Amino acid sequence: MSADSSQSLLPDLLVEIRSVSFGYENNLVLRNIDLTVRRGQVVAILGPSGCGKTTLLRLIGGQLKPSRGEVMVDGLAVPQLDRDDLFQLRRKMGMLFQFGALFTDLSVFENVAFQMREHTDLPEEMITDLVLMKLHAVGLRGAHELMPAELSGGMARRVALARAIALDPMLILYDEPFAGLDPISLGVVSKLIRTLNDALGTTSVIVTHDVATSLDIVDYVYLISDGRVVAHGRVEEIRASSDPFVQQFIKGEADGPVAFHYPTGDYASMIFPGHGD
Amino acid sequence: MLLQPLAGIGGKANGLFSRVGLAGRFLLETVYYSGMCLRRPRLVIKEIYFVGVLSLAIIVVSGLFVGMVLGLQMYDTLDRFGSGEVVGMVVALSLVRELGPVLSAILFASRAGSAVTAEIGLMRATEQISAMEMMAIQPIARVVTPRFWAGVISLPLLTSIFNVTGILGGYLVAVNLLGVDGGMFWSEMQDSVDFRLDIMNGFDKSVIFAIAVSLVAVFEGYHATATAEGVSRATTRTVVISALLVLGLDFVLTAFMFRGI
Amino acid sequence: MKYSMLDLWVGLFIVVGVAAIVFLSLRVANQTTLRANETYSVTAEFDNIGGLKVRAPVRSAGVTVGRIADIYLDTTTFKAVVKLEIEEQFPFSSDTSASILTAGLLGEQYVSLQAGVDTETLSDGDDIWLTSSAMVLENLISNFMFNAASEGDQ
Repeated sequence: MSADSSQSLLPDLLVEIRSVSFGYENNLVLRNIDLTVRRGQVVAILGPSGCGKTTLLRLIGGQLKPSRGEVMVDGLAVPQLDRDDLFQLRRKMGMLFQFGALFTDLSVFENVAFQMREHTDLPEEMITDLVLMKLHAVGLRGAHELMPAELSGGMARRVALARAIALDPMLILYDEPFAGLDPISLGVVSKLIRTLNDALGTTSVIVTHDVATSLDIVDYVYLISDGRVVAHGRVEEIRASSDPFVQQFIKGEADGPVAFHYPTGDYASMIFPGHGD
Repeated sequence: MLLQPLAGIGGKANGLFSRVGLAGRFLLETVYYSGMCLRRPRLVIKEIYFVGVLSLAIIVVSGLFVGMVLGLQMYDTLDRFGSGEVVGMVVALSLVRELGPVLSAILFASRAGSAVTAEIGLMRATEQISAMEMMAIQPIARVVTPRFWAGVISLPLLTSIFNVTGILGGYLVAVNLLGVDGGMFWSEMQDSVDFRLDIMNGFDKSVIFAIAVSLVAVFEGYHATATAEGVSRATTRTVVISALLVLGLDFVLTAFMFRGI
Repeated sequence: MKYSMLDLWVGLFIVVGVAAIVFLSLRVANQTTLRANETYSVTAEFDNIGGLKVRAPVRSAGVTVGRIADIYLDTTTFKAVVKLEIEEQFPFSSDTSASILTAGLLGEQYVSLQAGVDTETLSDGDDIWLTSSAMVLENLISNFMFNAASEGDQ
């Protein structure tokens, strides 16, 4: 491996994933993935369910280590970091989990204040101001006394978003932020992701299978299927692509390069066992 | 072919040993990360409320009934030998040495241990543990250690409360129902119950049971499979393993503490 | 739940728990029955102590006045030496006699003190000279059988 590859060539790249594979030899979840994220961008990683998108996100966060290849965040090789350095890096990351993952035993206020209490010695008044500011940004300042169980799905997602931006991270990772939301909440959350990214000057990586919503808000798209990057480009490029897989995916057709049927034998020979003879 | 069942047993034993090893490592990690509990005692206080205070009702009621039944049964037998008045001593010794620590630990495992397992397991299933890791917060320090130490502090106190209510229950039955003399009840008890031998050893037992049950509860929760089924299995395992562990440890401890007496 | 309520309950719980421990130590166990009062110790030698154990009661006219502190064998006389701890409030005359009796037919054995007439009282470290040993059931039976047998010879 050359000396260059261990350090970022382009300074405006925040995340660099180079020829990363993950999984066991005969069951690879990710195969030879290359992916980069520039600072300030909102990047979507699109793909059908079970294609390894969430795994990719966990590699960036250092929760998993790749079998092969490199994962660089902010110039640091994530898999090689020891626990303290990894935790130091994670303080600069925010993550929104699939269903929010709010701490169910804490109120909305305490959820957002959680990292401030754990990582800083800020006085109580300042924490109150900061938390209310973050909650105001997602429009839920009035809900700060509620418990997570009292929130609707969309509100929980917004609280989780407020929690993810609590310490003004440089990188926000979103794991299926649009899953299971009603159209109005969907609009609110997607708009928030874009405006918060621009207002805070951070970088966002969104993993989702919701093509329509994500194409409206992101700058750059990676399309992943079966553990491989099948297409990537700016939103207009993806929309204009003639690749059959891309077309199937963004139009949501039932059959195409991604087969409707799970791989199996001939239907007729399954129903009439002697038929094929 | 013939060896297949043996291989199955071998595999199970292997799994058991590796799980015991994992639990031992987990205990060391828990102790290692306990600093946060000292810096922020409020975290432990909150958990003592959930595992200790909320277990009080079942402990007091069970203790009372166990003491009353002991009083009835023992008096019945002792009275045949004309020594019904030593019922206080028998009740106190049975409770302080054996029944108090063992029954309290098993009740505690079913009431509080299972709740702790379910809570931590659900935190894992709903990615709250992952979320904490991504926030650069060690979940063992923040989630596991306060619950562990709360259990270790609560169970010996609950055991003592169980013993006292049990003895009072025995007193109620023996003195108010069966007509044993109240003074005799206490004096026979005080004659035979030794502070170091009986009270202290019983207390030591409850501390050891507290460590065992709390460890099983947090361990099973933390290593639960992140599904609804996984959490329910982990909860069941906490109760079963705790009960077996307490009874097994009780035999070993009794053999060491009361041998030749 | 507000933190203050939670603190209150946990505080109450710990107080009750500690009170239970204190109750067990003071009211249930016999630890303080002697420690609270001053005692003086005297020794008594017996030919045979039967099943007497350390911490067994010392009684006089049925009233518990102290406890057995120690039992050992004197290797010159081969008698059992029993150390009695008697409470300060019970003075006994120096010609007091000690005997080992059994409470009930199968009960525990204890030391009974029978006060004498001497005006002088026992003080710490004194010996009790007049002692009678425990009755050992086997000896009684063999005595009885021996007597019966010798009567039969006549």
